[in-house]
Amino acid sequence: MIKAFMRRAALTGALSAVTAAPAFAQQAAKIDPADTVWVTTSTALVLMMTLPGLALFYAGMVRKKNVLATMAQSFAAAMIASLLWMAIGYSLTFGGEGAYIGTLDRFFLSGMAIDGAHPLARTIPEALFMLFQMTFAVITVALVAGSVADRMRFTAFAWFSALWLIVVYVPIAHVVWGGGFLSAAGVLDFAGGLVVHLNAGVAGLVAAYVLGSRRGYGSENLAPFDLSLAVIGTGLLWVGWFGFNGGSALGAGSRAVYAITATHLAASAGAFVWMALEWWTRGKPSVLGIISGAIAGLGTITPASGFVLPWHGLVIGILAGLVCFWACTWLKLKLGYDDSLDVFGIHGVGGLIGTLLTGVFATAALTASPETPGGLPGLIEGNARQVLLQAYGVAVTAIWCGVMTYVVLKIVGLMTPLRVNTQEEMQGLDITQHGESLQ
Amino acid sequence: MKLVTAIIKPFKLEDVRDALMKLGVNGMTVTEVKGYGRQKGHTEIYRGAEYAVNFLPKLRIEVAVASDRANTAVDAIATAARTGQIGDGKIFVVDIDKAVRIRTGETDADAL
Repeated sequence: MIKAFMRRAALTGALSAVTAAPAFAQQAAKIDPADTVWVTTSTALVLMMTLPGLALFYAGMVRKKNVLATMAQSFAAAMIASLLWMAIGYSLTFGGEGAYIGTLDRFFLSGMAIDGAHPLARTIPEALFMLFQMTFAVITVALVAGSVADRMRFTAFAWFSALWLIVVYVPIAHVVWGGGFLSAAGVLDFAGGLVVHLNAGVAGLVAAYVLGSRRGYGSENLAPFDLSLAVIGTGLLWVGWFGFNGGSALGAGSRAVYAITATHLAASAGAFVWMALEWWTRGKPSVLGIISGAIAGLGTITPASGFVLPWHGLVIGILAGLVCFWACTWLKLKLGYDDSLDVFGIHGVGGLIGTLLTGVFATAALTASPETPGGLPGLIEGNARQVLLQAYGVAVTAIWCGVMTYVVLKIVGLMTPLRVNTQEEMQGLDITQHGESLQ
Repeated sequence: MKLVTAIIKPFKLEDVRDALMKLGVNGMTVTEVKGYGRQKGHTEIYRGAEYAVNFLPKLRIEVAVASDRANTAVDAIATAARTGQIGDGKIFVVDIDKAVRIRTGETDADAL
C-alpha cells in the first residue's frame, strides 16, 4: 500500500511539473476511486434530468403544436451551456477565490491536469468536478424555458441561454459555491436551492412578465398535450435527483446517502401532500398534482439535502407540498403572471423556502468541513442566526437574478424579437420555429 | 343506395359492429371525431388553471347499404348505441349516387 501511495505521489508530482501550475494551489491530488465512480454516475444522472427528463416533463404539459419546440429548448440549453461552461463558465465560477467572481485561469480548461483536483473536491479528478458542475449549469438554464413556454422565439432563447449563463448563473454559483462572499459568510446551499432553483424561478418570473402572457391565457383551452410524457419526465427527474443531491456530496459515503434519503422522502411527502390538497379542494387527486408535488419536494429539499437528517426531509417535503401548491394555484392567479409551467411556483418558491429551511434544520455534524470544523448548525440546534444568513443568501440571489435577467432579456430583445408574433403563436412553435410537426 | 352515418359514443363501437354484422352488413369506416350537442363539455383543471373542454370525443361510423335495408340498419345502430344518457349521438342517412369496389371494378349494388 505504501508502494502504491509512493507511485501515485510520484506521478502527481511529475504531472504537476509538466502542466503549468495555475493561479490557485494544486494540492497533491488523492483521487479516490469510489468517490470518482459515484460522482461520475451522478454526473450522468443529472444530465439525464435535463436530457430527456426536463424535456419530457415540460413538453408533455404544453399544447401539441409546441411539443417539439419545448424539447428543443432543453436540448439547446444543454449544448449552449455545456460549450460555454467549458470555455469560460467553469473558470469564472470555480477559478480562484474572488469575492464576487472567479478568474480566467481555466479558460477553455487550460491548466487542468489529468490527475489534478479542485480544492473543493480533492478526491475526484478536476475534469469530473468541472463536468458535474456543468450539468447543474445546463439544467438551470433549461428550467427557465418553462416560464416562457409556447411563445419565446428559438433564436431569442438561444441567445438568452448564453448570456444568462454568464451574467446570472456564473456569478451566483461563484458566490455560493465557488468561494465567493456568500459562502464565506456561511450561507448554506448543498446542491442548488439558490444557485439552481431560486435562480431559475426568479428568472422565469421576470421572463414571464417581460414576454407577457400567452394568447388565450385565461380564456382558451391551453390543456396539456400528453401528461404521460410529463409523468415519464418526472420519473427521470426524481431518480436523477439522487445524483443531483447525492452527487453534491462530492464523495461516496454517508453524507451522500443521507442526502439521497432526505431527497427521496421529500419527494414522496411533497407528492402526497399536493395530492391530498387537491383531493380536498377539487374532489379528485390529479396526476399532474402528484407529479408537481414530487418536483416541489425535490426542489425544496435540494439546498438542505446533505445537511439535514432524513426525517427533516419528510418535514421539508410536507412544507414544500403546502407552499408550492399555494403558489401555483392562488398566488399565480392573484398576481396575474403567466408562468406557463410554474417554474417560479415550484422551483422559485421551493428554492426559497428550502434555503430558509436549511437554516432551520442544518445539523452541526453534517455541515462540518475543514474550514468550519464546528459545522453550521441551524435553528433547531440553537443557531437562529443561520436562518438570517440563509435569508441574506436568498435576497442577494433574488435581486441579482431578477435585475440581471431583466437586463439580459432587454439586450437579447435588441438583437431579435423575444416573442413570436400572433400568427406564429397560433400556428405553433414546432412548425414556425423548426419546420417540423408531430403528425 | 344509402350512406348511413352515425355519431356514437366511442365505447359503443363493438356493440354497433356486432349488430350490423348480424344484419349482414360487413363493412364500415370509423373515424375519431370531436363534437357536442346537448351534452355540454366539462371543465378540466390543471394545477389551478381551469379549462372548458367543449368538444367531446365521439366516433363517426359510415356504412353503405342498399336503400331497402337502410331503415333496418338505422334501427340496429340506434338500438346498439343507445345508453339513455345525453350524448348518445345521431344518425344521418344520405343518398349515394355511385359506389365502386376498387379491387374488382364492380359497381353499385355489387360493390356493397
